[in-house]
Amino acid sequence: MTASVRRESGLDRRSTVVVAALALVTSTLVVLSVGTGDYEMSPGEVLATLAGSGTKAQYLVVMGRLPRVLVAILVGAALALAGTIFQTITRNPLGSPDIIGFTTGSATGGIVTLLFFGAGPGVVSLGALAGGLLTALLVMALCAPHGLLSSRLVLLGIAVSAVLVGVNSYLLVKANLEAAAQAVGWLVGDLSGRDWSYFVPLAIVVAVFVPVVFANGRALRMLEMGDDTATGIGVDVPRVRLTLVVVAVALVAAATAATGPLPFIALAAPQLARRMTRLPGPNLAASALVGATLVVAADYLGQRLLESSLLPAGVVAAALGGVYLLWLLLRRRA
Amino acid sequence: MVQVTERVRSPRTSVSVRTLVLVGSLIALAAVVLLSIGFGSNRLSLGEVLHALFAYDGSYNDVVVRDDRLPRTVLGLLVGMALGLAGSLMQAITRNPVAEPGLLGINHGAAVAIVLGSAAFSVTSPGEYVWFAFAGALVGTALVSIIGGTRGATSPLRLVLAGVAIQAVFVGINQGMQMINTHNLQAMRFWLVGSLVNRNLDQLSVLLPFFVAGVVIAVVLARALNALALGEDTARGLGANPVLVRVAGMVAVGLLSAAATAACGPIAFVGLMIPHVVRSLIGQDERWVMLLSALLGPVLLLGCDVLGRLLGSPGEIQVGVMTDVVGGIAFVIVARRLKAVRR
Repeated sequence: MTASVRRESGLDRRSTVVVAALALVTSTLVVLSVGTGDYEMSPGEVLATLAGSGTKAQYLVVMGRLPRVLVAILVGAALALAGTIFQTITRNPLGSPDIIGFTTGSATGGIVTLLFFGAGPGVVSLGALAGGLLTALLVMALCAPHGLLSSRLVLLGIAVSAVLVGVNSYLLVKANLEAAAQAVGWLVGDLSGRDWSYFVPLAIVVAVFVPVVFANGRALRMLEMGDDTATGIGVDVPRVRLTLVVVAVALVAAATAATGPLPFIALAAPQLARRMTRLPGPNLAASALVGATLVVAADYLGQRLLESSLLPAGVVAAALGGVYLLWLLLRRRA
Repeated sequence: MVQVTERVRSPRTSVSVRTLVLVGSLIALAAVVLLSIGFGSNRLSLGEVLHALFAYDGSYNDVVVRDDRLPRTVLGLLVGMALGLAGSLMQAITRNPVAEPGLLGINHGAAVAIVLGSAAFSVTSPGEYVWFAFAGALVGTALVSIIGGTRGATSPLRLVLAGVAIQAVFVGINQGMQMINTHNLQAMRFWLVGSLVNRNLDQLSVLLPFFVAGVVIAVVLARALNALALGEDTARGLGANPVLVRVAGMVAVGLLSAAATAACGPIAFVGLMIPHVVRSLIGQDERWVMLLSALLGPVLLLGCDVLGRLLGSPGEIQVGVMTDVVGGIAFVIVARRLKAVRR
């Protein structure tokens, strides 16, 4: 059976297995993660507590740590879906939000709101959203006349990113120490101290936008075949493209607002999902789960890797993602 | 002059244009040096600057100039020269318009090695950690060469991506090490931004051999690089060994980047922009491109430094931040001018 035929049969066995396996890995990491910290709990204790039969102390510990892993799962899924959308629309495996500057733009917006309005997570989300959208518009304008399909997209995105990194550093230099410290912590990409107040706005954004992504899943697959083909099949190409780009930017912005800019997740997750399922095109469910697994794993590794200190998930993601990108480049030499 | 514009693309630009650009560069360099010395939290007039330089008598202004502004300016001159030269070398070797030690993660390789050195072996002075920097820069150069490919004209996109990836790994390692070892985080954090402040000239003398070695290799290679620009076979016919030229050139890039990074932290884009400007002015002759890049590198770096003092007053904006912004904008222009980019 060829991949396209497998794809059309709706439920492909291999990707079902992959999705199930990823869900299992993520759940395992969640249990391990919740059991990690000053107050150690065995996986059995965690599961018992989640089932409602733990002690009061255990219940408090689990409820304290649960939002952190839930935020990690949602952020990973949001970034991965945004990456899938961008890579499909740009028809470029490197056309992901973190490479072409949207993530940095969200970070700039977030810093501005942090520094000038001393804002909480909700307002920072709005700032990150505005920053991401403005950067997206700027990069697309620079790529005119081809916009997102331009072969220069990646180069220009990297260039715009560089400028924004400079702007971010400038803002941090000008800020007072306390605000700067808070912004620096946020810039690295970190999940420590993420409680329900972070989880709720993120969950709302994900609940609103993820169904839109899946509803447009078929149209997105058609887009991969080229605009003319998609139009011929009856897809309203400009409308679908605009809708999905807006949704993707919103997802990136919400994720960035929750944890700061986590690098490389949006780039790597869709591609890893494609390799695992061996299916062409956007594998939305598998990508989202790979993203969730990656972020939860990065956070868990950061907490566990070093005894003395806690590494932020962003640092782990940067190092791992960089290695992945290098491997990708080496493989594409042929 | 009409003929000149027609011939600007050829390797042999008319002598008058070169001389003009050379004189212009020297004037610009002198101007930016005077600005860099005269400009700061207390502004000095041209007369006061010249007085401090040539008729030193220990007045307050003279001391400010000699102990603060002058070292900073000398450092900017050296580092700008090193970065401009390293950039033009890399672009000649890879025949790639986006090659540059900052953008391709080589400076960050040096930075990782320095942070490692200070964390593991508690080295503190540039003289000690320049060796770490050199090792790190060489690792970075080797990685970029292997991944981006240096044979023939490589794809700009591929090279930049290799740089982005290498930089991400290095920066991740750096942040990780800073998290583990907080006691030198404070010093290192400022140093990692790239700045010309508070450097001691005595320590600079240790870096000089690295600068000099890099410059000497570059000078020796200049003609061979011109030959290499004509293609591998032609270069061999002219008696240049392409592999040797590339390896030696990359070693020189490593030396120059290591010295520059050890002196004032990783600074990007100076080596990217300046050779571009020079080529558009005087054409492709590598000997002239290198010479003028070495002269104009400091103009850009010191210019950005002065601008950072101006915009950031009463404090200042580190020069590394300024070059990110100015250079990033220039990179946008370069990327838009590239012919079709291969994916």
